[in-house]
Amino acid sequence: MQQNSDIIALHHVNAGYPGAVILEDVTFEVKTGEIFILLGGSGCGKSTIMKHMIGLNPILGGSLTISGMEWNDRNRAALYRMIGVMYQSGALFGSMNLLQNVMLPLEEFTRMKRKERIERAQELLSRVGLADAAQKMPSEISGGMKKRAAIARAMALDPAILFLDEPSAGLDPITSSALDDLILKLRAEQGMTFVVVTHELPSIFKIADRCAMFDKARRGLIALGDPRELRTSSTDSFVLDFFNRGERHG
Amino acid sequence: MDAFRGACAFLGETFMEALGMLFRPRRFRFGDFALAFERACSDGLPITILIGFLLGLILAFESAAALQRFGAEVYVADMIAIGLFRELGPLITAVVLAGRTGSAFAAEIGTMKVDEELDALTTFGLPPVRFLALPRIAAATLAMPVLTICAELAGLIGGAIVLQLMGVPLSVSWDHVCNVSTVFMISFGLAKGALFGLLVGFIGCLAGMQTKSTADGVGVAATSAVVGGIVAIAVSDGILAVICYVWNV
Repeated sequence: MQQNSDIIALHHVNAGYPGAVILEDVTFEVKTGEIFILLGGSGCGKSTIMKHMIGLNPILGGSLTISGMEWNDRNRAALYRMIGVMYQSGALFGSMNLLQNVMLPLEEFTRMKRKERIERAQELLSRVGLADAAQKMPSEISGGMKKRAAIARAMALDPAILFLDEPSAGLDPITSSALDDLILKLRAEQGMTFVVVTHELPSIFKIADRCAMFDKARRGLIALGDPRELRTSSTDSFVLDFFNRGERHG
Repeated sequence: MDAFRGACAFLGETFMEALGMLFRPRRFRFGDFALAFERACSDGLPITILIGFLLGLILAFESAAALQRFGAEVYVADMIAIGLFRELGPLITAVVLAGRTGSAFAAEIGTMKVDEELDALTTFGLPPVRFLALPRIAAATLAMPVLTICAELAGLIGGAIVLQLMGVPLSVSWDHVCNVSTVFMISFGLAKGALFGLLVGFIGCLAGMQTKSTADGVGVAATSAVVGGIVAIAVSDGILAVICYVWNV
């Protein structure tokens, strides 16, 4: 896997909402093809950082680029083509079945014929192990299946980067582990870059190439690197406690 | 203040998206429009007909009691026709639409917002206003004249039944209705209905878009869609009444 160039770069970013800075002076890069984890305790701002990265909220200071492009009106359409997002709830459209959910971006942004769109959507659903559930409505499937369908939909337009918000949240350990395997399989097959928001330690140690850890009290980035190394060699007591206490409980 | 700013932004975005549709009509989601139109009509039709019928019945009873003293009960039909076509038909239908369809729009879009579906649309590059709001606003706007006609006809039937019981033959009532009704009056009432539908659709979708991700967020959005819709209907009806008075229409 080639992991040389930086596909996402944050320099001295202030993250939060107008009037409420949650994280200050955040600087890190995500390399092409890596699985990068944003982690930290609840409310530390990891989802906020992700919302900045996917262009939902503007940053409050500093610079954030994806493939050298900043989120502005001129680049917005091109950047949306580069990213796919799986939201915590799955965010599947309840009035459409899984096939229609996956076909939606293909309908809107490609010139594929209906038959081609169906084939492509079927193929994506097969890739995430949902070939038999294509005609099911989101209300008829489990949480894990929703998340897999959301990944299939996020991959519909072959994005370069896939953002996953808390993929393990609400899932049992077996389903969660199967989802981790899927992420590793997709990365191996397609060479996508993954940015994953999670605080599930078993998942982090299984899939992460590198991680960025945030702390609510210090309102910033407190650790950056391979989580396996950070667990043993970090000099920060919070980082050591986070990984090792979690490991004991995990 | 934030809500007001949000409403202005939503108004501007809706207007620009609607303008864009004129140049690229294929981007309009006709399937979603048809579904919302069908729901607005079929869900609202029974209650609209019932309320229209009862309104005609009550109007006829109340006015006949007064006019009977002067032997003028035959003019009750004129009064009901003018009242329903010009004012009460569109008004009462719009209130029903605000209660049923406006709140449904707010709840649907609000639930989608809480479930991050609006964020998902945005990150696909699909503006939620074009995808969700425009088809619903168009559906409410076009459903209103259909529902208004049904309410007005039901009201006329209700009034005619009362007059029949008071000894005014159906043919006489019908003649009076035909004599007093003009194409302009009926068209004006339907156009007013379409305007009310536009307001109900817009406010319902706005309330949905502004839903907060709290436990009672969707409920609050649905309530504010109904209250906001009824207030907007009353205010715009008042403004139209003043305009009609000034222009002597």
